[in-house]
Amino acid sequence: MVIDTLKCVGCSDCVVACQTENDVPHGYCRDWITESVSGSYPNVELELKSERCNHCDNAPCVRCCPTGASHIVEGGVVLVTANECIGCGACIESCPYDARYQHPDGYVDKCTFCHHRLVKGQLPACVSVCPTKCMYFGDLDNPNSEVSQLLKNRKYKTLAPEAGTNPHVFYLI
Amino acid sequence: MQEELFTSGRHIPNIDPSLQIWHWPIALYLFLGGLAAGILFFAALFYILGKEKEYPSAVKIATTIPPIALSLGLLALVYDLTHPLYTWQLYTTFRIESPMSWGAWVLLIVTPLSFLWTFSFYRESFSNIESKLNLFKRLKFLNTFEKFVITNRKYIAYALIPLSIILGVYTGILLSAFNARPLWNNAILGPLFLTSGLSTGAATIILLSKSIKERHLFGKIDLGLIIIELALIIHMIMGYYAGSQVQLEAMELLVGGEFTLMFFGFVVLLGLLVPALLELIELTGYKVPVIVPAIMVIIGGLIFRFIMIEAGQLTRYLY
Repeated sequence: MVIDTLKCVGCSDCVVACQTENDVPHGYCRDWITESVSGSYPNVELELKSERCNHCDNAPCVRCCPTGASHIVEGGVVLVTANECIGCGACIESCPYDARYQHPDGYVDKCTFCHHRLVKGQLPACVSVCPTKCMYFGDLDNPNSEVSQLLKNRKYKTLAPEAGTNPHVFYLI
Repeated sequence: MQEELFTSGRHIPNIDPSLQIWHWPIALYLFLGGLAAGILFFAALFYILGKEKEYPSAVKIATTIPPIALSLGLLALVYDLTHPLYTWQLYTTFRIESPMSWGAWVLLIVTPLSFLWTFSFYRESFSNIESKLNLFKRLKFLNTFEKFVITNRKYIAYALIPLSIILGVYTGILLSAFNARPLWNNAILGPLFLTSGLSTGAATIILLSKSIKERHLFGKIDLGLIIIELALIIHMIMGYYAGSQVQLEAMELLVGGEFTLMFFGFVVLLGLLVPALLELIELTGYKVPVIVPAIMVIIGGLIFRFIMIEAGQLTRYLY
């Protein structure tokens, strides 16, 4: 997933779309908006971005999971099997992005990149509703895909790269 | 200067789910697990060395603690799970990369072994209780079972030495495997928790011992372990000092931050330095009630686990 921080206006449509699409219980969220201000007056910069699970290549949550409930499916999406999850919280403690939460039903829940929509060939709910079209989703292994081209032609960053997780959500800057 | 805030979804008072998800049951379990590992290690070691007559507290009396400690610890662990009905899923797989999986399997083996160990000494050490309960007269099969356990006790002891060390190290490695919590994410935590567990185990043996010779020996062992533990704590703090920004921030909690008094006052001073001094004074011949340093070591070990659990969850990469 590629997110253009220059186009994001922080409207939270992605958050609401996710909560509706995935039946996220009230008071919880799988994605969220951060607003960061850097510099000091008069040289101030504001960056808005939508954050979620980074579906890391080297996912610490998958490594720490004692039952194998957290796993990586084909294509690189990190998923949790609810009825294999014991709710120990190891994955929550190991995620540098704090992307996971304990569902009121007990198991641990997080962004799935709307895997149920992907298998039907649809885009994740957040991407499909974004009014400024600042979010892009596609195959990074395909050099001609839109996301690969964006990463080739634009400057980008990832969150907490020093954690060594090799995240798969890229922010264009 | 950078300021970051959530405009939607997170950290909204009374709405955002707390990310601090591990509470007192985990700290209590880590303490009890370490304590049980310490006692079992010494029991097995002195049994193999053939010193069970000389050091009865270590081999026979104090070993009644591990089965109780492990059972309470396991109850605390299950209580902390949010999906406890699926606990059996731990035993459908063995995940070599996950310390929690290691721990689950080791506990599955160590807990019954600790019960067997206590059972095999029950009639010998607690004959007064047995004479009231008359369990062995009422249940005949216990006699054959006891004979079987006693003949195989040597093998249990050989198994317990590596298993108790794995159990002791695992309580620390469990935390250090979480790369998102910089306070925990250092390699010294495994040996540190093992040493602390062995030290609290030795202190418990001192508490329950009636012979002066045994108390002196375990006083010496405990003193050595305390010195190693202090060295490991210095290593840990030096590791944070030399670490990245997130580790420096984590260290500030312990050095100069909100956990300073708890850590240096209750763990380092009252839990390690003062008992070490008292044990040293006692070894040189002065009379010190051994119960004092032993209890200080045990309480210090417990507070140490609580501090690490609480402080560790305050440290993170983002936000």
